[in-house]
Amino acid sequence: MTLREIITILSAEILSPKDLDVIVEMAYCADLMSNVLSYSVPNALLITNLTNAQVIRTADVADMEAIVFCRGKRPDPDTIALAARKAIPLLVTSLSMFDTCGRLYEKGLRSDAVSGK
Amino acid sequence: MDNNAEGTFFLTGKDFSRAGTASGSLKKVLENMGLPSNVIRRASIAAFEAEMNAIIYAVAGIMHYYVTPEMIRVVLQDMGQGIANIELAMTEGFTTAPDYIREMGFGSGMGLPNIKKNVDKLTISSVAGEGTTLEFLINLDKTGEGGPE
Repeated sequence: MTLREIITILSAEILSPKDLDVIVEMAYCADLMSNVLSYSVPNALLITNLTNAQVIRTADVADMEAIVFCRGKRPDPDTIALAARKAIPLLVTSLSMFDTCGRLYEKGLRSDAVSGK
Repeated sequence: MDNNAEGTFFLTGKDFSRAGTASGSLKKVLENMGLPSNVIRRASIAAFEAEMNAIIYAVAGIMHYYVTPEMIRVVLQDMGQGIANIELAMTEGFTTAPDYIREMGFGSGMGLPNIKKNVDKLTISSVAGEGTTLEFLINLDKTGEGGPE
């Protein structure tokens, strides 16, 4: 699934621009960054409600492909700038975390646990 | 590409605006050395967890890294409250983190177990009330495939 498709599915706004044809193969959803670091797979989409700088740094060290912030929450400008430096695209959707995951699942995005790779 | 590197980062306790910058810089170094991506990911995750621990629990700390063709070695020394019971701290879910740390998405008791999961050797020594030294090794000799998981 491309970032462009994800933006359409979630009616999302893109904060940190990057190539929208990037392909995201899997997703991981958490507000616990420790869980992202423990259980996520590389090149996944990170779906979260947290908007602090540690989310960007977590996504960077865990090789996440892009981040979706739910419920319209936006990171501050410094955090957006950090993501731009790390070349991590940021999306904001007004959907809840449940609906964000549900819509992406419905369109075929999976966690590594279901789809393998 | 030179396959030896060494460096030091200084960490300041409670400085959450910079928390993660040392491991981010280490990741860049490893990427520039052309190491396999799974090795870089394991080393970066372990370093990030260790860095967060120092920033959450200590007053100050130092992270040294050494990379040779055989291994990545990271040593993190901090001056802080130390770990009273290391065995207990290695238990998934055990935490002493205050609520504001958890609101940032950390302090859920996964840090040390996650470091162990990503490295080939982990050594922790600590004196309660003085500080903690954490050292980990990641072997590179088999091109880093696999890992201890």
